[in-house]
Order: sequence, then structure tokens, then C-alpha cells
Amino acid sequence: MRGPRRVLAWLLLLLALAAGAPALAPYGPTQIFTDARHVPPMLPRIEEGGRVRAVTLVDRVRERYAEDPSRLLPLPWWTPVETPVFVLGTDAGSRDVLSRLLVATRPTLLLALVSLLGAVLLGTLLGAIAARRGGLVDAIIMRTGDLLLVLPVMVVALLVRSALPLVLPATEVFVWMALLLSLVAWPIVMRVVRATIRREQASESALAVMALGASGVHLLRRHLLPACAGPVLAQAGLLLPAFMAAEAALSFVGLGFPDAWPTWGTMLREAADVNALARFPWTLAPAVAIFLVTLGTHLITPHGPQASGVAPHPGSAGRIDAEVP
Amino acid sequence: MLRRVALRVVLAAVLVWGAGSLAFVLTQLAPGDASMADTTPGAVDAREALRARLGLDDPLPVRYGRWMRAVAQGSLGHSVLFERPVSDVLRERIVNTAVLAVAALLLGSLLGLPLGVHAGTHPSGLVTRVIRVAAALFVSTPSLLMALVLVLLSARTGWLPVGGMTGSAVALGLLPLILDRLAHLAVPALALALPLAAMLVQTQSQAIADLPSVRVLDGARARGVSRRAAVWRHAWPLSLGTVLPVYGVLAGSLFGGAVAVEAVTAWPGLGRLMLDAVRARDAALLAGAAMSATALLAVVTQAIDAVAAWRDPRGGVRA
Repeated sequence: MRGPRRVLAWLLLLLALAAGAPALAPYGPTQIFTDARHVPPMLPRIEEGGRVRAVTLVDRVRERYAEDPSRLLPLPWWTPVETPVFVLGTDAGSRDVLSRLLVATRPTLLLALVSLLGAVLLGTLLGAIAARRGGLVDAIIMRTGDLLLVLPVMVVALLVRSALPLVLPATEVFVWMALLLSLVAWPIVMRVVRATIRREQASESALAVMALGASGVHLLRRHLLPACAGPVLAQAGLLLPAFMAAEAALSFVGLGFPDAWPTWGTMLREAADVNALARFPWTLAPAVAIFLVTLGTHLITPHGPQASGVAPHPGSAGRIDAEVP
Repeated sequence: MLRRVALRVVLAAVLVWGAGSLAFVLTQLAPGDASMADTTPGAVDAREALRARLGLDDPLPVRYGRWMRAVAQGSLGHSVLFERPVSDVLRERIVNTAVLAVAALLLGSLLGLPLGVHAGTHPSGLVTRVIRVAAALFVSTPSLLMALVLVLLSARTGWLPVGGMTGSAVALGLLPLILDRLAHLAVPALALALPLAAMLVQTQSQAIADLPSVRVLDGARARGVSRRAAVWRHAWPLSLGTVLPVYGVLAGSLFGGAVAVEAVTAWPGLGRLMLDAVRARDAALLAGAAMSATALLAVVTQAIDAVAAWRDPRGGVRA
């Protein structure tokens, strides 16, 4: 069971990053610098001992900047505010992209984690009920889950969003997005929990526990649910990046967080203009961030039939076990 | 069999109707309505007149009844945003989205399935490692990011046109017109197809590697069947039982991704239409788009189920 623990450690690391973001950010996320619109990234140079070259404004109208090789500056954490260093450049609002990116991890990650918690709680509860009750209850839960799984998240989001005012305060956006994401994702968790519990409760160890006189609640709490932890965490590892991508997509199309709130999605809105994107490609930094978190999660999360708790195809041993009532 | 098909058609129809009704009613719950699209200052009188003309002041059941009548008549109501019947607007958008989705599915399958089969049958080759790394990278890239990166690449290199569906120059003749369309299709279709192909690579390689019937392959090889034929004609069809259900999930995510991709690349499809409808508070248009999206999805899912049932008549795939 090393895989699930790694996923947990990864989630905690991301959480720590979000928590410490304001301290890590060199500048304020909404701090505006004069004459610094669309400054290109000032990346540290190895040959200069990790320092960056200062940049001077050449053409204010065309937003052209020139590097000054003679003036070397340390990284932004060690420079005075009068000579700011923009490691990842600045955006259309003359704000530091790196600081915004770091601070934006908070709403983006927090939303993904809260939605994850909701989906896992709801999915585990309903999965346990479906597996333990069986019959009609099981059928209703499974059909509802199937229906939700087929629906495209974006379309559901559009429908839900259509019932809300176009302009919403950020906290309300947070709540409705967390509810929406939990709602569309619980069936994924539910299926895994249901399959695991069905398999486990048909095992001889479960029979032995029952023979010793344990109650159904005890069996569920001490034996069946702990067996679900691994598969559920594996699913959680796959859901987290999906939630972050969903936030980005919703905010990008203008149905998520308001512009004043830096999230990875709202930051990407600037890249929506093809001409701006081609001239200032560093505005894609949040896309790289989303990509890195997604990739990391995929690499850490265990794959394969054991991880998902559901047998890959009919006819294999796992499936037959899972179908035993 | 016929009863099952009929049941599914009825269920799909109920779903389509439900999605449309939900969209129509939900849009009216929010503050604001379609008359607010006219933001000219001092246009209060004009707005009042528009509200009266569109019947926006009637109670919700009355408006819903009027919309249901329009649905029954096939016009699906009147779009305030486009000043046309909803069915007219939808017709071209459905075609555009279907073209995009089919292109993405084809491209993704043509890329993903052969690469997946290769990775599954050559578990320890250099090519397989490259394929696996690429698949892991592309699976991690949501369609929105893919579209942004492709747009950036196209804008910088000028290899492919970006934005919209047609070039600015008036193309003469049928062939240049088709080529122009295809060139504009490339970026959005690739943005949707690459993550899809990566997912197919992973599923397909796993499916063919997990085949319990390696003996089938050995038998075929012993009879003198070439390796390629043994893989493609004997092993691959057996692995489809695992791969086909994935298409059902992909179809849903494809449509979801299409909303973002259409927004980035300005492809005039259903996804962008839904966005516009939400922003303009155009209830009838949103309801119509939601109905078309559901119907499109139902058709795709049914088609996948039909293929799966034909491949595996035991009916266990999505029982």
C-alpha cells in the first residue's frame, strides 16, 4: 500500500504550497508596477550565478523591452521594490505573473480539494449503501450514477450557471463550483467503493467476522471501508487534476471566478486573444502550472486493475468475484 | 431486442426533453432576461416593448407552455440573440460540432489504437517507452491547454490558420474551399484528439497486454499466420471488449472539451452557442442547444453500445 500513501503525501504537499503561497510570492498579486506592461520573463542565468539581467523600457507603445547585460540583479526576494524583478514576466495589468501564479494556487487548489472531499464523502456513502443494501436501492444509485457519468461536466456547469446571476462574488462562485464538481464526480468514487465492498463482503474473512457475531456496522467500519481506502485514494489522485482543469475551463470561458480574483483559470483568460498569446507567450504560465500538477498526479497515482478496484474486463477473476452478491 | 431498442429510444427522448426543460426553467430563475442584451442607455422604453413583444412578463408556466408548443411544432422557439427561430440557428451549429467531434474521434482513434496495440505487443521496446511517455504527457493536458498551446504554435509559425472556420480571403472553387475548411479544422480537432488518443493508447495497450488468450496468438502463429495479422486479426478484436466502453466516457468528455476548445479557437459550434446563450440569457436558445447536445450524446452512446453488443453479443458490456 505504498501508492495511496504517496498520493496523500502529494496532496499534502500541494496544500502546503497553497497555504504558504502569499509568503512565497515576491510581490502582491494585485500590485501594479509603472511602465511594466507585458515585461518578458527575466529568467535567472547560470553563467551569472543565478542572477537576472535588468530590463529597460524601450518603446512604451509597442511594449518593447531591452535587456541590460551590464546591470545584474538578484532574484526578486532579495531586490528592493524600486528595481522589481519579474521572473515570469508581467501581464496586461502590469502585475507580476509569478506572484499571481503562486497566490492563485489557493482558490484553484482549495476548490479542487474541497470538491474532492465532497465527491469522496458522497461517493463512499452511496457506494456503501448500494453494496450493503443491494436490490432496488442499488439499482437506483447505479442508474443515477451512470446518468451523471455520461453527462458532460461543461454542459451541466453551463446549465447550473444559467440559473445564477452572471456576476457573482468569488465566495459564491467557490461554493457553487465545489457543489457542482462534487455532484458530477461522486459516481466515480461510488463505483469503486461499491465494487470493493461487494468483493470484500463476499470473502471468507468477512464471513468469519460475521460468524464471530460482529454487527453489520462493525464489519463496514472496521473491515469493508478500510479496504476501500486504497482504491478511493487512487481515484482521488485522478480526480484532482480533472477538477483543476474544470476550474480553469469554467473561469476561462467567463463562467467561473470573477476577473479580479487571480485563479489559474482567470489568469488564462488573457491568453484567449490569439495576437496577445503570440506576442506574450509567458501569459500561458498558469497552463504550464496546471500541466505540471496534472502530470505529477498521474505519475504518482497507481494505475492498473488493482488500483481502481474494478476488474478491467469481463471474464477475469476479479469481475466474477465482484459479481457475487 | 426490439423492445430494448424501443425502450432506449424512449428513455433518450425523455432525457432530451428533460435537459431542454431544465435549461429553459433554470435560465428564468436567474435575475435578468434576454431584453437586457440591449444595453443602450435610455433604452428602457425599447426594452419594455421588447419584453412585451417576447412575452417575458408572463408567468413562468405560461412561457414554458408556449415554449413546449414551439418544440412540438419543431421551431424550438425564438432566439432573441439571433432574431431567428432556434432550429435555424441550431442546424448549422450541430453540423459544425459534429464535424469537429467526428474529426477528433477519427484522428484520436487512428493515432491512439495502432500506437496502443504496438505498446501492448512490444512491452519493452524503445518505441514503446516513447509512446508511453508521450501518452502520459498528453493525458495530463486538458483540451483547453492543448488548444492554447496549438494556437500559440500556429500563430508563431503560421503553419495553420487560427480562429473561426473560414479564411478571410474568398476561396474560389470547391477544392480550395474544402482545403480551407480542413486547415481551420486542424487546430481544434487536434486539441481534442491528442488527449483522446493518449487515453486510447493507455487503454488499448493495457487491454491487449491483459488478453488471457495468448494461446490464441500462439495457435495462429503456429498455423503460419504472420505476426502482424495475428495481432490485428486475432488479438485486437478480442481486446475491443475493454476498449469500446471507454469510448462512451470519451464521447462525454469530448463534448465537454469542445466547449473550451470552441471558445479558444472561435469554432462556431454548439459549445460556443451555449456560452453565448447563457451570457445573453436566451432561454429558448439555451434549451435548444442543451436538447441538441443531449441528443447528439445519446446517438453517440447508442452507437457505441450497438458496436459493443455486436462485438460481444453476451450483452455484458453495459448491462
